Amino acid sequence: MATLLKVLGFSLALTLVFTLVSNTLPQVEGEAPVEQEIELGDLTMDGFVAMGETLFSGKGTCTLCHNELGRAPDILALDMIETSRERMADARYQGEARDLESYLRESMVSPEAYVVQGFGKKGSKDTESPMPAVDKAPIQLNPIQIDAIIAFMQAKDGNTVTVALPTDAPPDETAGEISPGADAAPAIAQSPEEAIAKYGCAACHTVLETESPVGPSLVDVGERLSVSEIRESILDPGMVIAEGFPPIMPMDFGDRMTAGELEMMVRYFSGDGR
Amino acid sequence: MPRSGVEVRSRAMPFIAVMVFLSWAGLSILGPQFAASPSPLDALIPPVMADTSTQAATENLTPAPRPGPSDYPDMGVSSRSLVWVVAQMHLFFAAFVLAVPLFVLVIEWIGFRSGDNRYDDMAHEFMKISMSAYSITALFGGTLAFALFLLYPHFMGYLMRVFDSQVLVYPILFFLESIFLYLYYYSWNRLSRGNAKWLHLTLGLVLNGVGTTLLVVANAWASFMMAPTGVDESGAVTGSIWEIIRGPLWNPLNLHRFIANIAFGGAVVGAYAAYKFLSAQSAADKAHYDWMGYTSNFIAILAFLPLPFAGYWLMAEIYAYSQQMGITAMGGILAWLFVVQAVLIGTILMAGNYYLWSGMSRIEGPPRYRGFTKYIAFVLVVCFLIWVTPHTLILTSGEMAALGGSHHKFLGPLGIMPAKNIAVNLMLVFTFLSFQLYRRADKVITVSWENRGNALMSAIYIIAVINIIFAGVYYGYFTNTVYKVGSSVIQVMSTLTVIVSGIVIDTLMFKNAGTLKARWGMVSDRSQYALFALPVAFTWLMALMGYVRSNVRTHWHVYSIMKDNSPDNFIPAIGHAGNMMTMVTVMFILMVLFIFWISSLDKSRIR
Repeated sequence: MATLLKVLGFSLALTLVFTLVSNTLPQVEGEAPVEQEIELGDLTMDGFVAMGETLFSGKGTCTLCHNELGRAPDILALDMIETSRERMADARYQGEARDLESYLRESMVSPEAYVVQGFGKKGSKDTESPMPAVDKAPIQLNPIQIDAIIAFMQAKDGNTVTVALPTDAPPDETAGEISPGADAAPAIAQSPEEAIAKYGCAACHTVLETESPVGPSLVDVGERLSVSEIRESILDPGMVIAEGFPPIMPMDFGDRMTAGELEMMVRYFSGDGR
Repeated sequence: MPRSGVEVRSRAMPFIAVMVFLSWAGLSILGPQFAASPSPLDALIPPVMADTSTQAATENLTPAPRPGPSDYPDMGVSSRSLVWVVAQMHLFFAAFVLAVPLFVLVIEWIGFRSGDNRYDDMAHEFMKISMSAYSITALFGGTLAFALFLLYPHFMGYLMRVFDSQVLVYPILFFLESIFLYLYYYSWNRLSRGNAKWLHLTLGLVLNGVGTTLLVVANAWASFMMAPTGVDESGAVTGSIWEIIRGPLWNPLNLHRFIANIAFGGAVVGAYAAYKFLSAQSAADKAHYDWMGYTSNFIAILAFLPLPFAGYWLMAEIYAYSQQMGITAMGGILAWLFVVQAVLIGTILMAGNYYLWSGMSRIEGPPRYRGFTKYIAFVLVVCFLIWVTPHTLILTSGEMAALGGSHHKFLGPLGIMPAKNIAVNLMLVFTFLSFQLYRRADKVITVSWENRGNALMSAIYIIAVINIIFAGVYYGYFTNTVYKVGSSVIQVMSTLTVIVSGIVIDTLMFKNAGTLKARWGMVSDRSQYALFALPVAFTWLMALMGYVRSNVRTHWHVYSIMKDNSPDNFIPAIGHAGNMMTMVTVMFILMVLFIFWISSLDKSRIR
């Protein structure tokens, strides 16, 4: 019994040491992000910028990496407008932003468009970004929240805020996180470029400013195929397979495209719509 | 005639095993029904996307459910705390019962090859302890299953849907584990001679195969929750069961838990040996349990040495999967936990070293390597202090103003990873040195190249230490951040080189060596308390690391797929977490003491 008591006492005392250590360290609770109601009617630009600042260190979790410790560019220490200008001018920039605001937005939702030198994934030679897209899980910022953070990044160094104050409420997260809504049809493309992006042509074809070796180039397809042949290639790709290319083009564009989108793309590729 | 303890347990075992199997099979079959239509849970599952693609038309792409806060059952107590305690207890005992047969088989093999019955007897005695723990493992496992299905039905329904028939493999494996465990243990004496021993060893091998498979099957669920694969953004299953199982964290988790189980198991049986040593009345018993304690410590420390590297691989894969998750663990809200980890591992290494130094007093004749111990102790203490030094100091605002910030000018640089990597690698190298010196303490080396061999070994140590310090300082403080991680590979290779070359050189050098007499049993009682410190620290460490693994998911049941909207979806303060860990550690200690007592009730003498 004496041995048992001594052993038990020693074990409990040692356990107590570990307990004391954990109780003397800083006690911080990690709260799950709570969706806040946004009163759009009362919102001022100052309030919008303040909201962005809160999101920057809160739900957006930006400060987890973007700080002075060197894991990611220290956004708070940089003039993001000046920095954005430099990056868009960099030869390595592969994104589609046309102005500084859209660059900031693109860097949040498509971080792979430009990876700052020295901050890429290990082994990727700065071609892959370790940053997650903020509009997807686990961060899941909605467009208004993204705009708020952009407003904060513009305002913090005294630059002009170019994002507009929101007028529409963000989509309901529970129904719309993954898709805009179960019953809502995808938006109809308004231009050939939009349609090309919507249906992912650039994934396999050289088109617009992108290159891909998977399928035939579409840059000069109008010189090789007639209008009806182009239409047939989209609606029934298995009818004729270009020599040297695999027969992997999706067969369901006819079900997914509207008639207007189809004709718009046919005209574009044939050269009439450019 | 009154039944013996062995007889009672042997009759109860099949009943418990069948109950566990039926529970698991029943839950596994019923589980998928939660997601089948029609079901009250349908309201929580978003409608399938209006996607007219061929894939969506032919496969029922049902997303993960999205329960709201009011959808979680309320038992009046914190569901998270309840599951935490039951899950942790199950993991403690599961780690133990999976680990013991692993090193028992090796010990039995050594006994078989050497003809020394002491090894066989010790292996048999270790298995006796494990047998009593097995039923407790199963009881906690069944309780855990009930708790999870009761308190998190949506999550469990989803997990059953994702893993589908794979979950049935788990109870089948439990059935097989029980069969081979009983065969292995109860046939020990009957199959102890000649060719029958080969059959017994084979039973042990199959037992370990089944046990390891159990481990990797369960690891698939845990790794899926952290880094889901085989599902799309909505959680709908799009991949094969193999794609779901084989996520980026599965194998790192498999390796880390496999090695950690062995270290943990060795530490627990070491505590058994220490307890029996302290309670022993005769010199023969003292000698027997002293030797058992030494062997247990050997197993625990030998398995512990490569464990940081397995843990590093796991962390590296977490970073590669999601930098956010990695930084949350080690640079964000959970970073302070790694200071506690440093305290625990420091305790383990210092206790293990102290036990080895004490053991040198067993050797007849003047202690040859005692003089080294103070230098080793100095290095261990300095490295431990570096390891526990935080980057951000705990200061009041006044103190922070006086200091000019939250980082100390001189101590601050010791708080970042390069300094920790130097410290831990040096601690491992010098622990191996203690181990190597202990093994040499009773040897009279007779090979002609002794001096050259010692010079080579010394050179390897010196070069390794210089390499570890240089790589850590140069890449950690004088180059870009991205090179810090790569430098640790150099350090790890240096440490592993010391360990591997030390084992190889000593093995060759000990050929035909004379042996000084070891006076087993002639060791201080103090040293046995080091053998208690090991399992206490290991247990608390397991609870701590399990807590980290679980919390890196933050507010997600399945990271980025299924959000946790329960009332407990926050990361608790470290003090509260520490109190929970202490509670489960104390529960485990009490249950282990109970198991030791139960094992000792069977007075039938192991040969």
